[in-house]
Amino acid sequence: MAEAPAPRKKLEENVEKVHVWPYLVRIEFLCAIITILLLTVWSITIDAPLEEAANPTKTPNPSKAPWYFLGLQDILVYFDPWFAGVVAPVLIIVGLILIPYLDVNPKGNGYYTYVERKFAIWVYSFGFLVLWIFLIIMGVFLRGPGWNLFMPWQFWDPHKVVALVSVDLPYAFGIRSYDMANLFGAVVVLGYFVVGTAVYMFMERKAIKNVGITRMLLKINLVLIMIGIVVKIVLRLAFNIKYIWVTPWFNV
Amino acid sequence: MAAKPPEIPNIAEIMAKVKSGAIFGEIAKMITESQVWTSSFRHGYADTPRNRVLQIASNVWLHLHPVKMHRHALRIKFTWCMGGITFLLFLSTVVTGVILMFYYRPVGEYAYFDMKYLQYDVPFGMLMRNMHRWAAHAMVITVWLHMFRVFLTGSYKPPREFNWVIGVFLVTFTLLLSFTGYLLPWDQLAMWAVTVGTNMARATPFLGHEGPFQEFVFGVSPRYDARSVLIGGSIVGPPALLRFYVLHCIFIPLVAGALMIVHFWRIRKDGGISGPL
Ligand code: HEM
Repeated sequence: MAEAPAPRKKLEENVEKVHVWPYLVRIEFLCAIITILLLTVWSITIDAPLEEAANPTKTPNPSKAPWYFLGLQDILVYFDPWFAGVVAPVLIIVGLILIPYLDVNPKGNGYYTYVERKFAIWVYSFGFLVLWIFLIIMGVFLRGPGWNLFMPWQFWDPHKVVALVSVDLPYAFGIRSYDMANLFGAVVVLGYFVVGTAVYMFMERKAIKNVGITRMLLKINLVLIMIGIVVKIVLRLAFNIKYIWVTPWFNV
Repeated sequence: MAAKPPEIPNIAEIMAKVKSGAIFGEIAKMITESQVWTSSFRHGYADTPRNRVLQIASNVWLHLHPVKMHRHALRIKFTWCMGGITFLLFLSTVVTGVILMFYYRPVGEYAYFDMKYLQYDVPFGMLMRNMHRWAAHAMVITVWLHMFRVFLTGSYKPPREFNWVIGVFLVTFTLLLSFTGYLLPWDQLAMWAVTVGTNMARATPFLGHEGPFQEFVFGVSPRYDARSVLIGGSIVGPPALLRFYVLHCIFIPLVAGALMIVHFWRIRKDGGISGPL
């Protein structure tokens, strides 16, 4: 019969301390042996790649960044380089640093729990598993010449023709004047953030006093940016929308 | 006065000691009580509580550990051992990396051929290169998993916020270490992956020559912008190779190593591995 989990209170009384030597050091030692063993076997069986000498006049197609950056390279399809290559990585780093200061939920400190912090787990898992890992897997295995999508059974045809039929959002709404399109884009993008923030602040108005307004503003806007990336991916893939807001300086 | 006759070792007595095995105890005693031994090892090995403490506290390599810890923190199910494995992989790259450095020159004309030489002529050269590369790749994966487990256990919550912040710098430096190393084989894979990666810096707002608002910053051009600072020119050429080499072998490992020490120290100071309290 399974033992009923001890209530929290009980655990607290039970904090039992053990000596690091030998109890931890022996685990570390074992882990180290196993890791080094695996690394050695891996290194004996699979050779590191070495292609032909570097040649600045011969660009391979596709040219891929190291695999761990392929998620970022993939969102280049949906965003301009200033966002995908510079602003997005900075936001990821800043966002990660801010996590402990934005997540003030006192529960779930030091143990696995889903029910006590559903929102936090969802946001992080989505960002890590979907926007980071899944895009990397796609970048490594499914992106071929011209950064086109190829299924694993398809031949990487460097001459694959893909119709470029995407249009900007204002155009899709029938707006043809440049200034109107610019205005329309601004309203949509800024509106997305303003409305999103307002809705969140209204729904969570009781929490403002405890959590603090700066925290909540930062939190919702970081989440909105993350959702916005997904929205843009979906708009492009499902509706062929390229940019939402086109300005003389940058496009979103 | 007649001198005392020199003591003659009693052969029979010694033989008896050898037969009974007591001689080993005596030799061991002679060695462990010698000046050389006592000056090297500061405490005994017998499994006493006192020695268990000294084992950690008086050893420079082990003393970043606490002396005692919560029993729950021993569970591999809790930590996945990922932080420790990340550190071990880092150490493996340091050891193999130093060996590679003996054979590798970060110069446009030599780098690629040094790699070939290393692979085909240096004894165990290929193995060292493989271990270095795979450990680096593995480290990227394990550091992400470590971060994921720290998130899932909520271990960034007070009082461990600061260690999470250090961790974010560590994961950034881990990626940068890997990325700068990626260029060094100086083959097509290396050159173009780094070209793709560093091309992004052209688009840096204000500071990249193709970035938004660059027209408002004086002097930004393809030759002088955020990207050219990274690669020492306007294409990924020999200056980039040298720059990446220095960053890869000296600057980033030193910074990352220092941060790791702080990271481990803070685990202790924050009360050990987090747990249900
Ligand atoms: C080079 C990279 C890193 C190394 C070598 C490293 C090493 C370690 C080790 C050995 C531990 C002890 C417990 C365990 O193994 O899980 C630990 C704990 C911890 N690490 Fe890391 N770490 C690294 C990167 C990171 C990153 C990227 C983060 C988060 C952003 C992070 C945050 C933490 C925190 C908050 C703890 C305390 C966990 C607890 O109390 O349960 N570390 N680290």
